[in-house]
Amino acid sequence: MIEIRNINKTFGDRHVVKDVSFTFQPSMTNLIIGESGCGKTTILKLMVGLHEVDSGDVLFDGQNFPVLGVKEKQEVRKKIGMLFQGGALFDSQTVEENVRFPLDMFTDLSKAEKLDRVNFCLQKVKLEGRNHLYPAELSGGMKKRAALARAIANNPRYLFCDEPNSGLDPKTSIIIDDLIKDITVEFGITTIIITHDMNSVIEIGDNIMFVYKGENWWTGDKTEILGTKNAELFDFVFASEFMKTFFKKQ
Amino acid sequence: MLMFRVFSKPEKLSVYWRQILHEINSIGISSMPIIAIISIFMGGIITIQAAFGFTSPLVPLYAVGFTTRESILLEFSPTIVCLILAGKVGSNIASEIGAMRITEQIDALEIMGINSAGYLIFPKIAAAVLIFPFLIALSMFLGIWGGYFMGTASGACTEYQYIFGIQAFFEPWKLYYSFTKVIVFAYLITSVSSYYGYHTSGGALEVGKSSTSAVVYSSILILLFGLILTNIFFHR
Repeated sequence: MIEIRNINKTFGDRHVVKDVSFTFQPSMTNLIIGESGCGKTTILKLMVGLHEVDSGDVLFDGQNFPVLGVKEKQEVRKKIGMLFQGGALFDSQTVEENVRFPLDMFTDLSKAEKLDRVNFCLQKVKLEGRNHLYPAELSGGMKKRAALARAIANNPRYLFCDEPNSGLDPKTSIIIDDLIKDITVEFGITTIIITHDMNSVIEIGDNIMFVYKGENWWTGDKTEILGTKNAELFDFVFASEFMKTFFKKQ
Repeated sequence: MLMFRVFSKPEKLSVYWRQILHEINSIGISSMPIIAIISIFMGGIITIQAAFGFTSPLVPLYAVGFTTRESILLEFSPTIVCLILAGKVGSNIASEIGAMRITEQIDALEIMGINSAGYLIFPKIAAAVLIFPFLIALSMFLGIWGGYFMGTASGACTEYQYIFGIQAFFEPWKLYYSFTKVIVFAYLITSVSSYYGYHTSGGALEVGKSSTSAVVYSSILILLFGLILTNIFFHR
C-alpha cells in the first residue's frame, strides 16, 4: 500500500501540487486522472523521488520515503517497477538485456535462472522470441510491453505507469491495460497508473483520483465516475460529444 | 557533488567491470584509426617543416629527428591528440548521456535504485584513464615513424640522421610529464562531457548544445591544465 499525505510542490511561483492526499491499494489498479498539465506526472515523480516534496508524506507500506537516507531510498526503489511514457528502454541493449538489467544489478541468480525469468516476463507481455531485438526495431506497443517486462522482472511490490497508452491504437491500449491489470492482481502489486484515456478508466479503474489544478478533486471507482455530479470531472469524462451521447443513451 | 556520486560504492562490481570493458572498446579502440592517421601525417609534416627550417650549416641535420621527437612526445601526442579526442569522445559521451536524460533512461535507472551517475560516468572515466595512455603511446610511435618515413622518402634527412636525432639528448622524465598530462586530460574530457550530458534538459536541440559545450569546455580545460602541468614540470 502507498499513502500520500498532504503533499505539496512548487516550481518557482507555480504551486503545482496542492495538499494532495490519497491511498493507493494493493492488488488494485489505482488511477490518477486529469487533464494535461494538472500535475499528475508531478505527483508520480514526487512519489518515486524524482522530485523532492516541499511538504507532506509519501508512505510505502509505512516507510516515509522523502525522509529516508540515500541507501534506504535505494532499498525502497528496488521494490519499484516503472513503466515510462516513452518506455525508457536502454537503446544500446537488446530486449533481453533490458529485461535482465535489474536482475544483473540486484540478484545473484545464475545465467540460466536469469534467462528463465526474462523469458517468463517476455511471455507475460506476449513478446516471447523477441529477445535479441533492439528498442529501435520495436513498434510503440512492443516498446511499452518490453518496458513492462523490465518493470516486473525483479518482482516489484509497487508498479508505476506513466500514461501507458499514449501514442497507441485502441486495440494495443486494451492489451496493455489488460496486461497491467492481470499482473497487478496475479502478483498482488500496488499499481499506480497515470492516464487521461477514458477507455482505461472504464476498463481498469479500481480506485481513481481525479486531479484538477493540482488538487485531489474527486475520488471513487469506475462505476461511480460515470454518474458523477462533480462539474469539473463531468467535463473531463464527457469531453467528447460521443461520450455524452453514448452514456445518455445508456 | 556529481563526482561524489560518480565515485561512490558501485552496486555490483561485475556489472561495472563489464561496462568499463565496453567503454574501453567504445572510447579507446574505436579511436585508434583516427589517431593513427593524424599521427602519421603530423609526424611527416613536422619532419619536413623542421628540415626546411634548418638551413644554417651550423645546425646538424640530426636536429630534424630530435625536433620531431620532442614535438611529438611533449606536445603533439599528449595535447593535440587529446584535443582531437575531446572532440570525438567528448561529444559522443555528452550526446549519449544527454539523449538518455531526455528519453527518461536516467530516471529509469534512478527508480530501479541504481546510482545513475556512478553507473554511467564512472566506467567512462575509468576506461579513458586506462586506455588514453596506450592511445597516446601509439600516437607517439606512429608520429615518429611517420616522420622517419616522410623524412627519408622526401630526402629531408637520411635514415641515419633521423634515427640518431630521435635518440639524441633523450630525457626519460619528459615521458613521465607527457603521460601525466594524458591521464589528467582523460579525466577532464570524460568528466566534463559527462557533466554536460547528465545535466541536459529539454529536447534534441539541448543535447546538441550540451555536446558543443562539452567539447568547448574540455578543450579549454585541456589547454589550461596543460599550461599548469608544464609550469610544474619545467619549473627551475
